[in-house]
Amino acid sequence: MNLEKVIFAFFSILALTLNYGFFIGELDDPTHHNVYELFAALTVSLIATIMKFGDRAHIGALLLATSLVADLQLIAAALVWGYVVYVAESPLEPSVMSSIVSLSGGALLANLTSVILLVVETVTFRR
Amino acid sequence: MHNVISLLLRRMRLPLIVLITTYAVSVLGLTLIPGVDDQGNPWRMDFFHATYFVSFLGSTIGFGEIPYPFTGAQRMWTTFTIYAAVVSWLYAIGTILTVIQDQGFRRVLAFSSFSRKVRRMQEPFYIVCGYGDASRLLVRELSERCIHCVVVEKDREKILDLAVEDLPDFVPGLSEDATNSDTLIAAGLKRPNCRGVIALTGDDHSNLTIAITSKLLAPDIQVICQSDSKDSAANMASFGTDHIIDPFEIFASRFAMMFHSPSMYLVYEWMTAVYGAPLSDFKRPPTGSWVLCGFGRFGKAVREYIAIEGVKTRLIEAEPEATGAPLDTVEGRGTEANTLLDAGIQDAVGVIAGTDNDANNLSILITARYLNPGLFTVVRQNQQKKAPIFKAADIGLIMQPGTLVAQNILGLILSPLLGDFFRLTRDQNEEWANVLVSRIAGVVAEVTPETWELEISVLQAPAVYNRQRCGHKVQLKDICSNPKDRSKLLPCVPLLIKRDGMDMLLPDMEEHLQNGDRILLCGRQDASSRLRYTINDHQALDYIQTGIDHPRGTVWRWITSA
Repeated sequence: MNLEKVIFAFFSILALTLNYGFFIGELDDPTHHNVYELFAALTVSLIATIMKFGDRAHIGALLLATSLVADLQLIAAALVWGYVVYVAESPLEPSVMSSIVSLSGGALLANLTSVILLVVETVTFRR
Repeated sequence: MHNVISLLLRRMRLPLIVLITTYAVSVLGLTLIPGVDDQGNPWRMDFFHATYFVSFLGSTIGFGEIPYPFTGAQRMWTTFTIYAAVVSWLYAIGTILTVIQDQGFRRVLAFSSFSRKVRRMQEPFYIVCGYGDASRLLVRELSERCIHCVVVEKDREKILDLAVEDLPDFVPGLSEDATNSDTLIAAGLKRPNCRGVIALTGDDHSNLTIAITSKLLAPDIQVICQSDSKDSAANMASFGTDHIIDPFEIFASRFAMMFHSPSMYLVYEWMTAVYGAPLSDFKRPPTGSWVLCGFGRFGKAVREYIAIEGVKTRLIEAEPEATGAPLDTVEGRGTEANTLLDAGIQDAVGVIAGTDNDANNLSILITARYLNPGLFTVVRQNQQKKAPIFKAADIGLIMQPGTLVAQNILGLILSPLLGDFFRLTRDQNEEWANVLVSRIAGVVAEVTPETWELEISVLQAPAVYNRQRCGHKVQLKDICSNPKDRSKLLPCVPLLIKRDGMDMLLPDMEEHLQNGDRILLCGRQDASSRLRYTINDHQALDYIQTGIDHPRGTVWRWITSA
């Protein structure tokens, strides 16, 4: 068992599950989407990205790319949330909430791709 | 070699994870700890403000407690945050600094920046392996003639010398072992604009390895090697090394030439001289008994060659058995008066100081001259930087291996026909050489002549081609005339015309040029550019042949013809 692979897979999958947890629920209902879950998803996604740094294999580059996409989507979601609430100082309208959640849905797809790639890699190079 | 960025990222993985975790825990803590607002109502910090607070706290800017004054619990958590953030920042910055200062990382950095510079080179270039005396001179001469090169040298100090050398052209240098094939590839061995590899590492075995690597990886490029022994020279020749330069062999054959045809020696000396060197004088060493100090590679070559000229040598050698010196060799270094006297210095006509130690060679010279002031002196100078001392010693003939090697390689690169020319001159006699020397001395004033090559072809000589196509004959005399005044010839001497495998040594000025001719000329540098002008500009050639300066424009031509 390779400890590096375990930690790597742990963070990749945790990023996916947390992202899913935030995404699930009524699209425009603010009570279904917890801000702490978004925070956790973003943090774990950032850590997962850094774990993928420096891998020069082709699949490693692909993993890094998907992770960067997920980060970008989640940061965009957090920025929209922060802007609406603290800069525009308006309540969380259903329209705003749905755009935040759909951004995180994009991140979910990226994270899913990342996990699929991880599974593909594991199946291909059995050691 | 590793990619620099990926190496840096891999080393930064842990510090960045620590940093993100610290920030995440701090932000989370601030949002969870209850506080009170300015009205005294319970209040919790939101993510936006928590992130803002931790960001300015972590970078030790510190704007104070916002948006409301903190409670005790919040202050306690903030204290923890301050220390955690500072420590993780120190760790991250420290790691970056360590990576940048790391010798291994710097090597990778130097390597990748060198190969990037080589990749960006668009024009033809040569790879010079080793940066000793010979290479230093060669690189300078090449860059003065706008021929690009890159240098690979094992010794870091020497590469630093290259960086501070004031060269007219930018020459990238890398301190790596050139016998490594990766290094040669990074230096551009496989690039289409790489013209050749020049191996001058000062070690026969390394030169051999470089030659093999180059010939296997890039069979079409020219490989020039220095070799100090016949064994390795034969080995290099066996797998197709294009040119093998043995400075001792070259010197010995030239020195022997001085005995029977000093003018021929001058021809060789001038043709291969460095850029703008003063013309050397006519010298003739006396035939008689000579004293030779040092029976190494140099001594052996010299003794062998001058024996053919009928010159007897008495040897002085410190280790006669180890070097395989003949039985009548005097044992000693030659720096003491008694060994020189034993070797018969007082009856000798000349002395050759040929050990591999410059101080000893100078000492031999001074002692020998004291014992017999009329001697013809030949001294081997091993290190280029001692040139001022050797110059001051007023020596008959100085042998500098580095200069000899650089000059010969330069000749091969600049004018490949020079080799053919030298081969043909071997069949000529001293009178022929005498005439040539006086002709060359007539056109060049003070400095050694420049040699260059021309090809009569559509691309290189469009004017000549055009003229020939119109049915006119172009003579050698025509292109050698001054395009400003056709009654005068340019200060140059045509040495050789090569046509369909036929060689014409010192061709006649009336010779008709043909398409495909390759011409070797020597003369003053300005003649070279004037001559190129003539063969490119049909108006100039037209003027030289007819004496009429035809108008250039269509309108004016129409007016004059009407």
